[in-house]
Amino acid sequence: MAEEMKVIVFALGQEEYGIEVDKVRTIERIQPITRVPKAPAFIKGVINLRGVVIPVIDLRGRFGLEETVTTDNSRIIIVAANELEVGFIVDSANDVIDIDTESIDTPPEVVGGIKAKYLHGIAKIGEKRLLVMLNLSEVLNRKEILQLEQLEV
Amino acid sequence: MDMNAYLSMFIDESNDHLQALNENLLKLESDPNDISIVQVIFRSAHTLKGMSATMGFEDLASLTHEMENVLDLVRNSKLSMDSFIFDTMFKGLDALEAMVQDVVGGGTGKADVSAINAALQSIVKGDYKNKPAAETAASTGGSAAAAAGNAGNALLDIFQFSVLKQSIEAGNQVYYIKVTLRESCVLKAARAYMVFDVLENNGEVIKSEPSVQELEQEKFDRSFVVFMISGTQVEALKSQIEGVSEIELAEVVLLDDESLQLYAPTTDSRNQAAAPQQANASAAPSNREAAKRETGEAKAQASAGAVAVNRTIRVDIDRLDSLMNLFSELLIDRVRLEQLSSEIKRSDLIETVEHMARVSTDLQDLVLKLRMVPVESVFNRFPRMVRDIAKQLDKKIDLIVSGADTELDRTVIEEIGDPLVHLLRNSLDHGVEMPADRMAAGKPETGTVHLRAYHSGNHVFIEVEDDGNGIDGAKVSRIAVKNGVLTEEEAKRLTEEQMQMLIFAAGFSTADKISDISGRGVGLDVVKSKITSLGGHVTIRSKQGQGTVFSIQLPLTLSIISAMLIKMGEEKYAIPLSSIVETGIIQRDQIATIHGNQMIEFRGNVIPVVSLARVLDVPGYREEEETENEIVVIRKGDKLAALIVDSFIGQSEIVLKSLGKYLPSIKSISGATILGDGQVALIIDPNAFIK
Repeated sequence: MAEEMKVIVFALGQEEYGIEVDKVRTIERIQPITRVPKAPAFIKGVINLRGVVIPVIDLRGRFGLEETVTTDNSRIIIVAANELEVGFIVDSANDVIDIDTESIDTPPEVVGGIKAKYLHGIAKIGEKRLLVMLNLSEVLNRKEILQLEQLEV
Repeated sequence: MDMNAYLSMFIDESNDHLQALNENLLKLESDPNDISIVQVIFRSAHTLKGMSATMGFEDLASLTHEMENVLDLVRNSKLSMDSFIFDTMFKGLDALEAMVQDVVGGGTGKADVSAINAALQSIVKGDYKNKPAAETAASTGGSAAAAAGNAGNALLDIFQFSVLKQSIEAGNQVYYIKVTLRESCVLKAARAYMVFDVLENNGEVIKSEPSVQELEQEKFDRSFVVFMISGTQVEALKSQIEGVSEIELAEVVLLDDESLQLYAPTTDSRNQAAAPQQANASAAPSNREAAKRETGEAKAQASAGAVAVNRTIRVDIDRLDSLMNLFSELLIDRVRLEQLSSEIKRSDLIETVEHMARVSTDLQDLVLKLRMVPVESVFNRFPRMVRDIAKQLDKKIDLIVSGADTELDRTVIEEIGDPLVHLLRNSLDHGVEMPADRMAAGKPETGTVHLRAYHSGNHVFIEVEDDGNGIDGAKVSRIAVKNGVLTEEEAKRLTEEQMQMLIFAAGFSTADKISDISGRGVGLDVVKSKITSLGGHVTIRSKQGQGTVFSIQLPLTLSIISAMLIKMGEEKYAIPLSSIVETGIIQRDQIATIHGNQMIEFRGNVIPVVSLARVLDVPGYREEEETENEIVVIRKGDKLAALIVDSFIGQSEIVLKSLGKYLPSIKSISGATILGDGQVALIIDPNAFIK
C-alpha cells in the first residue's frame, strides 16, 4: 500500500538524509552554543530556544564521521521524539519533499560509515537521488550515552 | 452524554466541597449553636449530592443524601448536634473522600456505605439515643403554653430572627408586611414580583413566606408575608405597594422588640421558656446565646464578603509554565531593544522602550506571583487530622493556624505537606502531655499547638509550636548513644541544642512506647532530608516543661534564585548565592599542597582549594598563569571550600531551567539559566565540591 509522507531533507557531507516532518519542531540558524563540561564529545552543548534550554548534538560526531567547522549553510534541526527535544547540527537543510513509503528500501549494513541501526531505510527519489531515512529513536537512544559515561569513569 | 469530559471538573469540585464540609463541621463542632454554619454545610452537601447523582456515582449520592437529611433537621432546629452525630458525620465524610479518591484513581466510586447510612437514618429517626428525646419532650411540655401561643406564627428561623432583632436594636425600622391580591388576579407571580421590586427598592427583604421561589411558581393562595428592613415610613411603604395593580390590601406593621418575639422560632422560645426552669443559671445562658448569635451573624457576613472577593478560574499548570517561558523570552528581547535604542539615540524610541521596560517589570512580578500558592492549601487538612489524632490519643488539643495566606512557590507547596504531617504528629504524640499530666504540671488541661507561616526576607518560615513537655536533651543523647547514632565521647561535647537536634538523626525514637501515630524512629530524619532537598533547613527551640518550636526555613521560590555570575575564560557560570560565604583574592604562593591536596588558610581554618577550570575542563584559562587568583568560598553545612575562578561578573536574579532529559546528569552542574543576552549559562552545584 503506497502512502505519501513528507520529509525534511538535510545534508551531511555528500549524503542527503531525511527526517519525517512531524518529528521536526523547527529549523534554526547556528547560534551561540554553551558548552556542557563532562558531556560526550558529540554533544556540543545547550542553546536557548525561546526560553527552553535544549541540548545540541553534532550529527557528524554522533555517527562517528569527521566533524567540520560550521558554515553559513549549517542549521540546527530541532526534533522531538521519545519525549525528548534535541537539536541536530547539520551541514544544510533546504528541502521538504513528498516520498512514497514503498520507495523506501531496507538499508545495507553500512552507509557512508554510519551504522545501519541508526537508519530506517533508503528512499529513491527520481533517477539518481538517494535519501537516507534516519531512525530517530535509535539516534536519540540514551543508553549509548550512559555506556560512554561508564567507559570514561 | 460522555461524562468523562466532566470528570476532572467533578473531581476538582468534589474535593473543594469535601474540604469545605470538613472545615465547616469542625467550626460547627466548636460552636454547635451557630445555625449559619449548618446552612453552609447543607449547601455544600446538597451540591455534592447533585453532582454525584448527575455523574452516576450512586453510592456517593445516597450517602450525601442521608447526611443532608440529618443536616436538614439541624438546620430547622429540630435536632441539636452532639458528639455522636459529629462522629457519624465525620465518618461519612471520610467515606465520601475515599469514594472520590477511588473515582480519581479511575474507579467507579462504589463503596459499602450501608453502615453509615443506617447510623444516619437512626439519627434522623431520633432513636439512636433515647435520652435526648426525652429531654426534648420534657422541655416541650414545660413550655407548652409558650409554644401554643406561637403556633403558626413561628415564621422566622434563628438566623433571620437575630438579623431582625439586631436591626431593631440598631434603630432601623423592621416591617411585617402582609400583601393580599385581588381574587380576580390572573398573573399572581407577576404581581408578587412587582411587589418585591417595590420592596427591594425600599430596603432589604429578610424573609418571605411562602419563599420567593414558591411565589415565582405561583405556589401560593392570595396572600404572602414579608419581613423587611427599610428606611421608608409605614404610610409611604403601604401606598407604594398598593400602587401595584390588582393588590387588594397591604398590611404594613412596624415591629418592635416585643412584637418581633411573636414570630420568633419555636426552639428559641422553648429555650427561653426553659431557661427559668434551670434554677442556678437563669440569665447567663440566654446572654451567651445572644452573644453567640451575634458572632454567628458576623461570621455569616464575613463569609459572604469572602465569596465576593474570591473570584477565580482554574488554569492548567502547563499553561502557566509556558507563560513563564514566553515571558523570559520577552525579557531577553527587552534587553536587546534597550541596547539598540541606546545606540540609535532617538528620543521617541528611547521613551517607548523605557515604557515597555516598566510594563514588563510589572508583568514579571505578576507572572512570578501566578506561581505562588497560599500555604492554606496544605494547612487546611490539618485541623481535621489534629482532631482525629487527639481523639485517638485521648488528649485535648487545640490547633491554632495563623498565616495561612502566606504564599510559597507551587513546587515547594507540593513537597511540604508530608514533612509538616510528621512534625505535627510528633508534637501531638510526644510534645503535648496527657490531660492529667498537664493538670499536675499546673498547665491548662487542653494543650495548644500553633501552626504558623510568615515571610521574612527572602524566606518563608513555617513553625510548629506546642506547649508540651519540651525535649530532654540529656535523654535524647543517651538514647542516641544507645542506638549507635554517636559515641559517648562525641555526646559529651554536644551543647543542649545539638543534643536536641539529634532527634533528626536516622534511626532514632525517644518515645518509651511505640504508638500508631509516631515513634517508629522513621519520620524526623525524613523530614530533615526533605526540607534540605527543598533548599531549606529546620531548627528546634525547646524548653523543658514549656514546649517545643520546630522552625522550618524555606526559600520563597525554587524557580528564581539569586546567584553570582562568574567568568571562566569565555564561558559564564552562575553560583547560587545561598552557598557563597564570601569572595576574595589570594596570591598563588598562599596555596599549600598538603597530602597531594591544595589547601589555603582562610580566616583561621585550612580549607581545600578547587580549580574550577580543571573540574569543568574550561578551554582558554589557566589559573597557574596568574600570580593572583579570584576565589569564591562556598559552604555546605559547616564545611568550607574555595573555588578558583577567572573573574566576577556580578550578582543577578536568575531563572532556573533544567538541562532537559537527554543529557546525562553532570556532577558539578545543577541546571542552566538564560542570561540577559539570550545565552545559556550553566549553574554550578556547590555541594558537588564538598564531601
